[in-house]
Amino acid sequence: MTSSPPPLLSVRGLVKRFPGVTALAGVDFDVRAGEVHCLLGQNGAGKSTLIKVLSGAHRPDEGEIRSNGEVVSFANPTAAMRAGVATLYQELDLVPGLSVADNVFLGHELSAGGFTRRAETRRRTRALLERLGHSDIPPDRDVGRLTAAQQQVVSMARALSRDARLLIMDEPSAVLDQDEVRTLFRVIRELTAQGVAVIHISHRLEEIREIGDRVTVLKDGRTVAAGLDVSAVSTAELIKLMTGREARNVYPPRRPVPPDAAEALVVRGLAVGRRAGVDFTVRAGEVVGLAGLVGAGRSEILEAVYGARKPTEGEVVVDGRRLKPGNVGAAVRAGVGLCPEERKSQGLLLDQAVYRNITVSSLPLFARMGFLDENAERTRSADLTASLDVRPSDVDRIVRTLSGGNQQKVVLARWLLRGCRVLLLDEPTRGVDVGARGEIYRLVRDLADRGVAVVVVSSDIDEVLGLADRVLVVREGRVVHEGPADEIDEARVLDLVMEGTAA
Amino acid sequence: MSEDTATRAAPRTNGTSFLASAPGRNTGLVVALVLLCLVGVVTAGDRFADLDNVLTILRLASVIGVVSVGMTFVITGGGIDLSVGAIVALASVWATTLATQSMATNTHWLIMVFTALAVGAGCGVINGALIAYGRIVAFIATLAMLAAARGLAEIISNRRTQIVNVQGFTAFFDASVLGVPVLVVVFALVAASGWVLLNRTTFGRRTFAVGGNPEAARLAGIDVRRHTVMLYTLLGVCCGIAAVMLVARTTTGSSTHGLLYELDAIAAVVIGGTLLSGGRGTIAGTVFGVLIFTTLSNVFTLNNLSISAQAVAKGAIIVVAVLLQQRLARRSTA
Repeated sequence: MTSSPPPLLSVRGLVKRFPGVTALAGVDFDVRAGEVHCLLGQNGAGKSTLIKVLSGAHRPDEGEIRSNGEVVSFANPTAAMRAGVATLYQELDLVPGLSVADNVFLGHELSAGGFTRRAETRRRTRALLERLGHSDIPPDRDVGRLTAAQQQVVSMARALSRDARLLIMDEPSAVLDQDEVRTLFRVIRELTAQGVAVIHISHRLEEIREIGDRVTVLKDGRTVAAGLDVSAVSTAELIKLMTGREARNVYPPRRPVPPDAAEALVVRGLAVGRRAGVDFTVRAGEVVGLAGLVGAGRSEILEAVYGARKPTEGEVVVDGRRLKPGNVGAAVRAGVGLCPEERKSQGLLLDQAVYRNITVSSLPLFARMGFLDENAERTRSADLTASLDVRPSDVDRIVRTLSGGNQQKVVLARWLLRGCRVLLLDEPTRGVDVGARGEIYRLVRDLADRGVAVVVVSSDIDEVLGLADRVLVVREGRVVHEGPADEIDEARVLDLVMEGTAA
Repeated sequence: MSEDTATRAAPRTNGTSFLASAPGRNTGLVVALVLLCLVGVVTAGDRFADLDNVLTILRLASVIGVVSVGMTFVITGGGIDLSVGAIVALASVWATTLATQSMATNTHWLIMVFTALAVGAGCGVINGALIAYGRIVAFIATLAMLAAARGLAEIISNRRTQIVNVQGFTAFFDASVLGVPVLVVVFALVAASGWVLLNRTTFGRRTFAVGGNPEAARLAGIDVRRHTVMLYTLLGVCCGIAAVMLVARTTTGSSTHGLLYELDAIAAVVIGGTLLSGGRGTIAGTVFGVLIFTTLSNVFTLNNLSISAQAVAKGAIIVVAVLLQQRLARRSTA
């Protein structure tokens, strides 16, 4: 009908379900050649899933993807690459130990009769790097010795070497400093001037304003606004689009913490890496939330408190006793428990039974002279799974087969059994569906009411504000705001965490 | 029944078929062993089905069996040990030096046993410490021990076979209990204790945890590094016991004892059903694995087939067993 060419990529009604969670519930948007299209949304809004579908890593359950007007189906990443879609993931997928040139042509090496054409590879790599404005990177250098920004350029060169016409970049600025971000943006502009389209994912609103042409906002797996002109939409509007929920989570009511409650956890000048130290105190029965961007240092702080990461400075005091730094055993003995961010890889013994996962931190409770009473383990675990409503309730079930919410309850049950004084929760509802979230919130509140000091880290600001009594806003490893959770709102927190990243 | 829908609706057993469950796996091993015995009876008749022959098989299985039980712990805990044969050699030599033997003659023959156990434990501690605290990959650390321990055994023995002259020692291990040779009794005791230790104690449970997901185990408060050292030490002690048994059986200590034990032990553990990547292990399976390999050698020997033919058959069995195991593992996690 119209004379304009079809969009480079167009997505209609995309749905992707995982067991227990609908990650994408209907996504529509178009990408035009030569534009920078920003994808905006809070954690869990479905951005990563969308990228994975577009790059062929996941197959959608419903909906269609058109490339230049033709319906396409990317069965695997190679198919997407062949269609001109290249993805730069946050964790760069370069092979350290190989040279820049080898990485650029990895998987489609230039060869003649089975022998690699080294000179030609180097020459073409140099040309690609020049096109990206980075002739300073030597093609022979081991990529492991490059800076994060340079590695990103190499990833882009790799995408271009495959004639990518659409570049998907997942938070490319997260690992870069300001100068590097500026260089990256210059490179992006040069690429778009050559007709390459870029999908740019970022949390940083200022960045979107600087580099983006249009913006699509995702929330709870849906597009709430598609293809808005960046220059015509205000930051306030964007924040509202990102946060205005249809189904708000229900948080259990807070109970005032008595002012004379003991200080269960005191953190003084705790510093990780080169970051400045943080101080905070959590009283028995209090829930303290740490809000901030991914990479702001929240998880690192929790890990240092738990002893899983050695702090460079500072101390952790639990119930008046100073913990040996960098020693998990000492923390656990003092009554500290951690529900780690990566539940599957850090929290659970996935191929073992529920009861074994629950009792693993409290084995001495069930042992007499080192011999375990498995029936007692099962009985105690069954009591816990019943009170936490873990479904199914069978304690002999292999943990891998449980849903995310139930797996999280198993980790919580572990610390309930241990009877901990301080509970550290890192992204407690990641991969947990909305229904089970409410149960986990109630559990956390319940624990606090019983006198446990709780620290919650979450990228979901609404969750931090709803669950915590007191909120600490963390930016670049520093606490930039501290106050009661009911005296601050989501927009203000977003303002605080994004401030400064604009400069 | 259609397994897919059934497991989704009521996935109690996580889609594991009977064959993939622990008793099922052992059933497969029992069947294999019975088939082997049938082949033995058919091809060698009375020479195979003779009580003396059966006891010979068991005596041969005992030494490598004790090492394999220890190996089961290390592999279940996510490790590997290539140095077991060398440790057996070093312990056998150290326990039979002139000095040790004269001390044993003057005091008690148990001195020889303690020496072997201490040497084994020492090597195990070194292996474990290098891996856990030195952060050297297990494969490399124990490869180094393999070279060093056997070299040390050659230096101590001057590459000569050391004959045992301690009467009490040989007499004890030559004896039988109710018709069962002492060596076999030792193996049975080690296997039984190993089973209890792995399946009924805190130590065993932590071994599964450490092998299944070391990071999760660490964050659950388990001292993974200390546990790793204990696992290798345990295996070292098993090597010491095996060295004592080997010295008793051959009445010699030698730097050539225990050659290729690492391969035999790993093979027995793996065909028994212990996951090479850790987190799942079975002592019963290992015992069957050892018996299958030893019986196989026996049947081949009785039929005058060469050691080389045995090696080929062994290789084939390992491949088939691992292929089967992978298929079962895939089905149980799908």
